[in-house]
Amino acid sequence: MSEEQIKNLEEQFEARIARDEKIEPKDWMPEKYRKTHIRQMSQHAHSEIVGMLPEGNWITRAPSLRRKVALLAKVQDEAGHGLYLYSATETLGISRDEMYEQLHSGKAKYSSIFNYPTITWADMGAIGWLVDGAAIINQVPLCNTSYGPYARAMIRVCKEESFHQRQGFEIMMKLANGTPEQKDMAQDALNRWWWPSLMMLGPTDDVSVHTAQSMKWKLKRKSNDDLRQQFIDQTVPQAELIGLTIPDADLKWNETRGSYDFGEIDWDEFWQVVKGHGPMNKERMKARVGAWERGEWVRDAAMAHAEKKQERKQKQAG
Amino acid sequence: MKENLYNFILGIADNSLILGQRMGELCGHGPSLETDIACTNISLDLFGQVRSYFQYAAKIAGDGRTEDDIAMLRKEREYKNVLLVEQPNIDFAFTLGRQFLFDVYHLAFLSELQKSTDLTLSAIANKCIKEVSYHERFSSDWVRRLGDGTNESNQKIQEAINSLWTYTDELFHQTKADIAMVEQGIGVDVTKLKESYYMQVGQLLEEATLEIPESKWFQKGGKEGVHTEHLGYLLSDLQYMQRTYPNMEW
Repeated sequence: MSEEQIKNLEEQFEARIARDEKIEPKDWMPEKYRKTHIRQMSQHAHSEIVGMLPEGNWITRAPSLRRKVALLAKVQDEAGHGLYLYSATETLGISRDEMYEQLHSGKAKYSSIFNYPTITWADMGAIGWLVDGAAIINQVPLCNTSYGPYARAMIRVCKEESFHQRQGFEIMMKLANGTPEQKDMAQDALNRWWWPSLMMLGPTDDVSVHTAQSMKWKLKRKSNDDLRQQFIDQTVPQAELIGLTIPDADLKWNETRGSYDFGEIDWDEFWQVVKGHGPMNKERMKARVGAWERGEWVRDAAMAHAEKKQERKQKQAG
Repeated sequence: MKENLYNFILGIADNSLILGQRMGELCGHGPSLETDIACTNISLDLFGQVRSYFQYAAKIAGDGRTEDDIAMLRKEREYKNVLLVEQPNIDFAFTLGRQFLFDVYHLAFLSELQKSTDLTLSAIANKCIKEVSYHERFSSDWVRRLGDGTNESNQKIQEAINSLWTYTDELFHQTKADIAMVEQGIGVDVTKLKESYYMQVGQLLEEATLEIPESKWFQKGGKEGVHTEHLGYLLSDLQYMQRTYPNMEW
């Protein structure tokens, strides 16, 4: 294909996106579009899978049967999200095994928030309320993103995430209205998860490398800073409602902006965790790689069995 | 309080409780995403069943105890599950082998419990049997796959079945409460399930190119609350929150 032909195709492609048309797997797409989507979608899938670990940590110790059942269902939803997202990413010409390989080697990233430990039951509330809350803010615009399989997967994911967020808030509310010990547990969890949740919405706009291109392809509709502000404005009244205090001395309603002003985020901490040196990075990867390696003989057996069955069938037919 | 009925229900529910807890330990650590989802789903089903049984047991006890008190605030000796379900997740072969050996029994048990003259129990059995048929299909399929897969998988599942075999006979023991409930048309005579159980399990093992263990030495005690050393640790996890923060709502 000549350069001119490619340029022509690219123009048509961008025009389709501008008209809000969906790009489907068999459509022509620029290589950069494919790569960017593989990166973002697989990162999203990995986040779901690694995200099962901090919450899975409390399944055996959930305080009541009702909470245990809800937590199991939630973690199962996350595994399901991982599954749709890996499948959607496979439509771009990469296999799930290759994506796992990238996760295990550290080449692919996942949401840094999951590199923090879940040390009390209240962390199950804080994760649902804050982490899923921030995730929804990031993800709702993706229901209209340009790549069809991603957009369709996100519609289902968002419905379930919004249920998880309500469930998390309800856990926090119950604790905040409980005994002093329970309320302390809730406040402590909020103190630990608040800042990492703000960081989840990504680096500030002046240092974010992917924003402009992602906006054009509708992988992003608002900047990181705008999303963060939206999250803060939405969450502060919820904390007030249940009598918990946001751990930020500089947090103040700004009448002129119609938004909350907030304190400085510790970006050094953010980059430390992103670069692999957070409190749980090594443990999370060890758990994922360990499960994969321990499972190898099981996957081999399933494959061998399927082949044997196929052979027997062919013999019978022949 | 109808003590025999209460104890009979505990005997059924504790199996689901302890097995559900074991399966819940694996969440996020499965050999593939699909098996991870399936094992979590089995755990979820079992805990759902536990809730129905314990809510009913709490009503029968009528002393203000809740489903959670019954599930999480008893002592080791008061849990009446069979020894089979408390055995640890040594590897995927043990996990699925344990599930299979329990599921075949569980399905047969529920199909009889559906005929119970106790309408609550028969309704619970009716709901559970749909879930348990799926569990049984899933675990049988995996025993077949592992048995008739690679040499390594064949050895691993054979080893698991051989080790777990000693716990199968207890499934067909009767407690005093079980006998009383059979007499009243409420319970299930598990002794009558034994023959078809071993036949069904044997057939599947054969299909999976596995050997049927010959050992005739069996362990017992779970139904009387005499457990293996594994149960105490499992209960430490299960009861942690209720013991550390007593009398609170969650």
